Amino acid sequence: MATTTVEGALAGAAHDHREPSYIQASSGLKAWLFTIDHKRIGMMYLASVWTFFFIAGALALLFRLELLTPNLDLLLHLVGGENAAMIHAKALDLYNKLFTLHGGLMVFAFIVPSIPASLGNFFLPLMLGAKDVAFPKLNLASYYLYVIGASVVVYAILGAGLDTGWTFYTPYSTTTGTAVTTATLGVFIMGFSSILTGLNFIVTIHKMRAPGMTWNRMPLFLWAIYATSVIQILATPVLAITLLLLVMERTLGIGIFDPAMGGDPVLFQHFFWFYSHPAVYIMILPAFGVISEIIAVHSKKHIFGYWAIAISSVAIAIISFLVWGHHMFVSGQSEFAAVLFSFLTFAVAVPTAIKVFSWVATLYKGSISFTTPMLYGLMFLFTFTIGGLTGIFLGALAVDVHLHDTYFVVAHFHYVMMGGTVVAFLGGIHHWWPKMTGRMYPETLGKICSVIIFIGFNLTFFPQFIAGTQGMPRRYATYVDQYTIYHELSTVGSLILGVGLFIVAIYLLVSMFKGKQASDNPWGGASLEWATQSPPIEHNFHDTPHVDTDPYNFPNIDRSASIGHH
Amino acid sequence: MMREFLTGGLLHGLLGEAQSSVWMPPEASTFASDMDPLFYFILYLCAFFFVLLMGATLWFSLKYREKTPGQRTSPIKHNGRLEFLWSAIPTVLLVVIFAWGQKGFVSLATPPADALDVRVTGQKWNWTIDYPGLNKSCGPTSVTDPVTGLQGLQTDFYVPAGQPVKLTISATDVLHSFYIPAFRLKRDAVPDRYTGYWFTADEPGVYDLFCAEYCGQQHSEMRGRVHVLTDLEWRAFLKSSRCPTLNPDADDYGEKLYEANCKTCHTVDGSPKVGPSFKGIWGKTESLADGSTVVVDDNYVRESLRNPNAKIVAGFAPGMSVFDSGKLDDRAVNALIDFIKSLGEGGDIK
Ligand code: HEC
Ligand SMILES: [Cu+2]
Ligand SMILES: [Cu+2]
Repeated sequence: MATTTVEGALAGAAHDHREPSYIQASSGLKAWLFTIDHKRIGMMYLASVWTFFFIAGALALLFRLELLTPNLDLLLHLVGGENAAMIHAKALDLYNKLFTLHGGLMVFAFIVPSIPASLGNFFLPLMLGAKDVAFPKLNLASYYLYVIGASVVVYAILGAGLDTGWTFYTPYSTTTGTAVTTATLGVFIMGFSSILTGLNFIVTIHKMRAPGMTWNRMPLFLWAIYATSVIQILATPVLAITLLLLVMERTLGIGIFDPAMGGDPVLFQHFFWFYSHPAVYIMILPAFGVISEIIAVHSKKHIFGYWAIAISSVAIAIISFLVWGHHMFVSGQSEFAAVLFSFLTFAVAVPTAIKVFSWVATLYKGSISFTTPMLYGLMFLFTFTIGGLTGIFLGALAVDVHLHDTYFVVAHFHYVMMGGTVVAFLGGIHHWWPKMTGRMYPETLGKICSVIIFIGFNLTFFPQFIAGTQGMPRRYATYVDQYTIYHELSTVGSLILGVGLFIVAIYLLVSMFKGKQASDNPWGGASLEWATQSPPIEHNFHDTPHVDTDPYNFPNIDRSASIGHH
Repeated sequence: MMREFLTGGLLHGLLGEAQSSVWMPPEASTFASDMDPLFYFILYLCAFFFVLLMGATLWFSLKYREKTPGQRTSPIKHNGRLEFLWSAIPTVLLVVIFAWGQKGFVSLATPPADALDVRVTGQKWNWTIDYPGLNKSCGPTSVTDPVTGLQGLQTDFYVPAGQPVKLTISATDVLHSFYIPAFRLKRDAVPDRYTGYWFTADEPGVYDLFCAEYCGQQHSEMRGRVHVLTDLEWRAFLKSSRCPTLNPDADDYGEKLYEANCKTCHTVDGSPKVGPSFKGIWGKTESLADGSTVVVDDNYVRESLRNPNAKIVAGFAPGMSVFDSGKLDDRAVNALIDFIKSLGEGGDIK
């Protein structure tokens, strides 16, 4: 059997006969629903996570409109009641359900699976030079577990309502009359999906790399997915156990967290954050991977500090298990614990800083093209850096006493989750769109939208930092007058952001059918996914690729110069 | 705006006390004056690094933009010295921030010996503030919202300026958090546990008080005011009739208990709120969520207080706070029963 030697971006042209792509391979709804092709599963995840993103985003717009003024108004019109006091109370309840549904869907149904399950599924085997993931059927099972879990959560919240916030803090969650049991069941099921996906990816990376694909020739996106998968496997079971204990307490009356039954209310927070802090890195590490790819490819330069970026992902994965207590500085945990957690929190900041410096350094003496993916890459550097730097305020104990549970925290994690993960996800989608669909998105419109999103995003969330330092607590349906200006700016920003995202969704959908035909390697990328046709054939490669160079060895690189080479 | 934005901290220092800046609300405690410099230190440091990084990004992107197709790029892959520097410098700075931050935090746990003892109890959805030994207890008082015209409850918290105050915080039902932005202080109120902090308020005035931990329906309305009093005002407050401890012998003891403990959820005018109205429930046959019925009598009311989730009234969600004997002793329970009785009997048993 012949082997294809992939040397930089020059490959891919090796075959001139084109086979049917994975999209054309078979047709009909059934062929998609029961597919075990990682690419189709990836596309189904992509469609699902974006559906949830838009639902959860629309809810956010609804309560942002409510927050335009200090008192309730919009929501009053959406609920009925016998008298003003009743209507007021019901509107407050509605607000609480809205932010719970927004947070719950965004975290569990969107961000956790977002990049790894969609782009990860699609590109992990391609970038490794493999035919599929290690366990294709398990992969399909994870998808359905995800869909079932997410539906259960939506059903629970729409049916009986859930008003605990996505954090389910006890003892509120064990005493409220809303559908906590059903909702936790949904999250529990989604957790299994996450564990199985993680497992699948780890085995695939260990066992299915193409000949010559040594660990140091693995694209950084795969290093990021690898680190993410490790966290998914180790942390998610803890979430499952926590939720199980919560359900046991609610249904069987066993006192675990509720002090009225002899439980410990703070214990839940320890359990919860033991999962949810590492989960923050499940949400952001894949984004780091996407950014490494985008910045290197669109500046045609070898990524700066390959090992530093790869190893810092793993370091972050490990340290992330040791910092959960920084969510609890004012919860009444011991001073000693708080000091320790603060210290470890600063330790996790260093590898993150190293990554950002390395990306900026990659731009140096490159050949930078301002394509839409690159604009998202640069936007990421801006917004994620703000997100990361504001984390330092929260890690500093004395300052956190003031800022904890205020809008400062809300702004901080939106800069990380949205300004980080979502922006990188958008960048990744544009970067790989030609490969996934075989079509180009409209470039000019893409650039315009990225600018709209940039403006909308910053206008939405930057004022929230100031609202927070001024003392505005989070999860408030009404507020005191002095915070009005920040909320006004934020609401206007969120509408701009919504419009930008909406146009992106529309043009992507349209381009799937009407877009310009994409070439196999429109950006001149050097990793394996660019070495096969667009969209790839069902089995990814005609022949098993053979790798003899690293994925950032672009033809543009001036090999005659030898600065810093070793 | 922009200048103020950047120099907020410096101006603040020059203009004197209780002045708010773009970034920070009024500063009214010694902790706030200790903590704000750290906040501004981090702010300026972050601003510096942000400008540095973005400046480099912008400069590189413009200078090395693709001018000709196939433009050559540098073969640099890494640079050990640079990488060492950008790991080491942030590490050192972060250690400094850590040390500074933990110093202020740890000091919150050791109040001076002469601190005034104050107990704070959070309940859905107001605060009770007791001054042991001073014969004062500030419960929630009714206020009418000028915009909506609705009745709400508000807690007033009085503290003397210049004297250390030690708070012992707890909750009766779910988590709350006692947050005073002007003091830069908060701590969760946890059921069945005591937490707390101490402060010295140093600027007389009136400041916001918020609940910062989500606690259900009226979380955003669990607000109050902190009155920092001058020495003279404080002595006047101690002598005044404000914040009286309830007198079990007074005729309106039951009503006062109702106002302080039940009013957020129960009305006396017949309209349901979070729970059923007390008007006319005495002697009524109540249908419960599980389909059974119960007659509202002494035992039922008592059970509703001590173990509220044992019987849930149909059409209402569980969620009433537990009132154990520490919160409402037998005498208080009796007074509440008499108060409910006084609101009239239900029509269906005669
Ligand atoms: C946080 C809100 C809340 C507070 C505070 C509260 N309750 Fe309730 N209460 C409820 C709810 C909700 C119900 C209905 C569900 C149930 O039966 O538990 C209820 C039910 C009751 C009932 C049964 C009423 C009926 O029609 O059968 C009584 C009696 C009662 N409460 C007494 C009190 C008293 C006395 C206080 C003050 C000491 C109080 N409650 C404080 C929420 C509250
Ligand atoms: Cu509260
Ligand atoms: Cu609250």
